[in-house]
Amino acid sequence: MQFESFTEFLNMGGYAFYVWLSFGVTFVAMAMIAIQSFIKHRNLMKQVVVEQERKARIKKARLQQQGSM
Amino acid sequence: MSLYQGVFKRDMHIAFKQKAELVQPLMFLLMVVTLFPLGVSPSPDTLQRIGPGVIWIAAILSSLMAMERLFRDDFQDGSLEQYVLSGMPLSAVSAVKVAAHWLVSFVPLLLLSPLLAMFLNLTVDMYIALVLTLLLGTPLLSLIGAIAVGLTVGLQKGGVLLALLLIPVFIPLLIFATSAVDSAALQLPYHAQLAIIAAMLLLAAALAPFAIAYSLKVSQN
Amino acid sequence: MWKWLHPYAKTERAYQLCSTLQPWFWVGAFVCLSVGTVWGLAFAPQDYQQGDSFRIIYIHVPSAILSMGTYVAMAIAALVGMVWQWRTAYMSMIAMAPIGAVMTFIALFTGAAWGKPMWGAWWVWDARLTSELILLFLYMGVIALYGAFEDKQQAGKAAGVMALVGVVNIPIIHYSVEWWNTLHQGATISKFDNPSIAPEMLWPLLINLLGFAFFIGAVTTVRLRNEIVLREMHRPWVQVLATKQVSKQQSGDAINASVKEGS
Repeated sequence: MQFESFTEFLNMGGYAFYVWLSFGVTFVAMAMIAIQSFIKHRNLMKQVVVEQERKARIKKARLQQQGSM
Repeated sequence: MSLYQGVFKRDMHIAFKQKAELVQPLMFLLMVVTLFPLGVSPSPDTLQRIGPGVIWIAAILSSLMAMERLFRDDFQDGSLEQYVLSGMPLSAVSAVKVAAHWLVSFVPLLLLSPLLAMFLNLTVDMYIALVLTLLLGTPLLSLIGAIAVGLTVGLQKGGVLLALLLIPVFIPLLIFATSAVDSAALQLPYHAQLAIIAAMLLLAAALAPFAIAYSLKVSQN
Repeated sequence: MWKWLHPYAKTERAYQLCSTLQPWFWVGAFVCLSVGTVWGLAFAPQDYQQGDSFRIIYIHVPSAILSMGTYVAMAIAALVGMVWQWRTAYMSMIAMAPIGAVMTFIALFTGAAWGKPMWGAWWVWDARLTSELILLFLYMGVIALYGAFEDKQQAGKAAGVMALVGVVNIPIIHYSVEWWNTLHQGATISKFDNPSIAPEMLWPLLINLLGFAFFIGAVTTVRLRNEIVLREMHRPWVQVLATKQVSKQQSGDAINASVKEGS
């Protein structure tokens, strides 16, 4: 450990603002792109299922129409 | 060979028919240059210091406007498709078209350059260097620009996108060209900068026609 | 020699490969980044000149290196796509673009935050920062071009051309900017004046570099899967997969909801 105490570690030899700002922004940016990718994945999968269900419904309706005719 | 001459003649003919499209980028160039004395400072020293950069930036911006014309009409009236189908090597055709485009849009710029040099209080040495860099640099603008034009020609809103794609690519040219003129202002030799621009031009001349041909094929899908 | 790679040109196999690799990438990224960051922040010795502010190096340098590396990887993917006509190559190229842009942004931001205490200004036209900025423009150009096309097949090819043009230009831009910088005598303190860095400072840097690389790999696999699903929406295997995943999610949600109600 390079620092005597935890407060000194937080203080970063007087550069606390710059160091923590850099690390904070970095990890927030990385988390954001990762989360965005996952959300997109989830939405896409849902979209595929919805599309599929819609198609199934159309097919079913067509079949019923043909049956009634 | 006569086929390429035909392409060349046709392009020149069309360009001179649409005079407005030729003149407008030049007027834009002139106006951008006029803004700098008004916006920064009219003092001759300042103008001389920023002059080379201003002229080159204005030239790049106006070239972006002129560039759009390069394949647009041919794309819209279908003659580009004819070129693709004709069996002529598309890279050669696009090289000819780029040459024609350079002649009609950048030679007038060279003719305009004495006026710009006067406006910005450039010395004779600086002016000579400026003309040399323009001579070597503007074909490079045309060649690289044509790749991006080929890619965006099928898009409805290609204009701003073209600028976004091309401006970063033109930065090295801007750096070397303005530094050549700056060296000329200090009575220093500027062969090195010219040699680098020439090297970039040769590289682009060797590779760009194939890239243009490929990008046109992508646009034709 | 390349035969073993060919199956991955098929989207289904590529999707499976991504799914297998992904957990390893995430674990690697998490482990390396936590070890490297904690080591760099708390245990690495201070720099004798810059004090503790130099600790920004542990994210600035890896992100800067990998922002360039990702662009090169994109260009290689584009080339592979062009030569062998692989759709998955274009897809992976476009999957890498946003994460590369984020890396470039991180390199720029940390460079600015490091520059403030060192140079006294948030932004200095230093050679490294300037070329990172231009790199960000190049990324934006590729992403914008890709977004402009309706037909994503065509979009991939077009963006690929632009990525290749950019990659030819990167060294030229890099050296021209460096040379421009020495001409104009911008920044006086170079961040890397001392060529040899002490090993106890270097190790966390390398670990973090590895961690960032794993992270880029992980996000790329997620995004590549997204691209594949987007393009192959009507393929049966995608539909089966989606049904499975969504029903699993829904049952998970249902369990969560019932737990909440119960408590």
